[in-house]
Amino acid sequence: MSIRAATRKVEGVNVVDLSGRITIGEGTVVLRDTVKTLQQKNERHILLNLADVSYIDSSGIGELVSSFTTFGSQGGKLKLLSLTKKVHDLLSITKLLTVFEVFDDEAKAIQSFRNA
Amino acid sequence: MLLNIVFLILRTAPSLRDSLYSSVELKINSSLEYSDLVENITTNLTFLAGCNPDQIYFIQMAVREIVTNAIQHGNRFDINKHVSIQYLFDRRSFEVQVRDQGAGFDYSHLPDPCDPANLMKSSGRGIFLVRSFMDDFSLRRIPEQGTEVRFMKRLQG
Repeated sequence: MSIRAATRKVEGVNVVDLSGRITIGEGTVVLRDTVKTLQQKNERHILLNLADVSYIDSSGIGELVSSFTTFGSQGGKLKLLSLTKKVHDLLSITKLLTVFEVFDDEAKAIQSFRNA
Repeated sequence: MLLNIVFLILRTAPSLRDSLYSSVELKINSSLEYSDLVENITTNLTFLAGCNPDQIYFIQMAVREIVTNAIQHGNRFDINKHVSIQYLFDRRSFEVQVRDQGAGFDYSHLPDPCDPANLMKSSGRGIFLVRSFMDDFSLRRIPEQGTEVRFMKRLQG
């Protein structure tokens, strides 16, 4: 399996711990289905933890954007946690760091949902 | 899964490490199931070429993006069509040529994914990333044959 996703709740925020590779096919489908499931449960706060995501391709980046847009259109907030340098560089070069809120510290990320 | 690699041609000097120039050809059916295999072969060849970790990462990424495009957009997942990947490398550069058998695509008018109007689109970043990380990039339509994409990473200097 190219990607694993495990969801835990921390102070009302759904922290999705992703590990592996977010690439076209199984990787993007798992991400999409995870966010969709939370959306269907009327959840409003998602924090994608990418600390263990070793690789993401352009389709994976597209799926992050799509998840952000879809979740946001329903009044939800989706934020990112612990980008590796490579993933950070990809989001930087594609100007997506101007779109996503990105955190290095989980506690601060959780706090930010309360401050919004 | 039945492996459908059509053929793998290895043309190298007797000693890859000492060779001035090496060429490897790979031809696959148009299925994303071969993406990981292609990546593994690419990784091994970058090791042989003496690439550093960053060069390996960028070349892996570029090959994956362009091969995915060839399968998805070029050959439209037609399992009977092939994607040809040719690697040409020496100590100075690592070049890859990817050819599909599709009807062609107008790459000259690709939208800029960094344009604010396109920023929230879920696709359209693959070629941009390859152009960003490679030192040379070109593509051409080969009449009645398909599209060929060529990209190169300098390894020294």
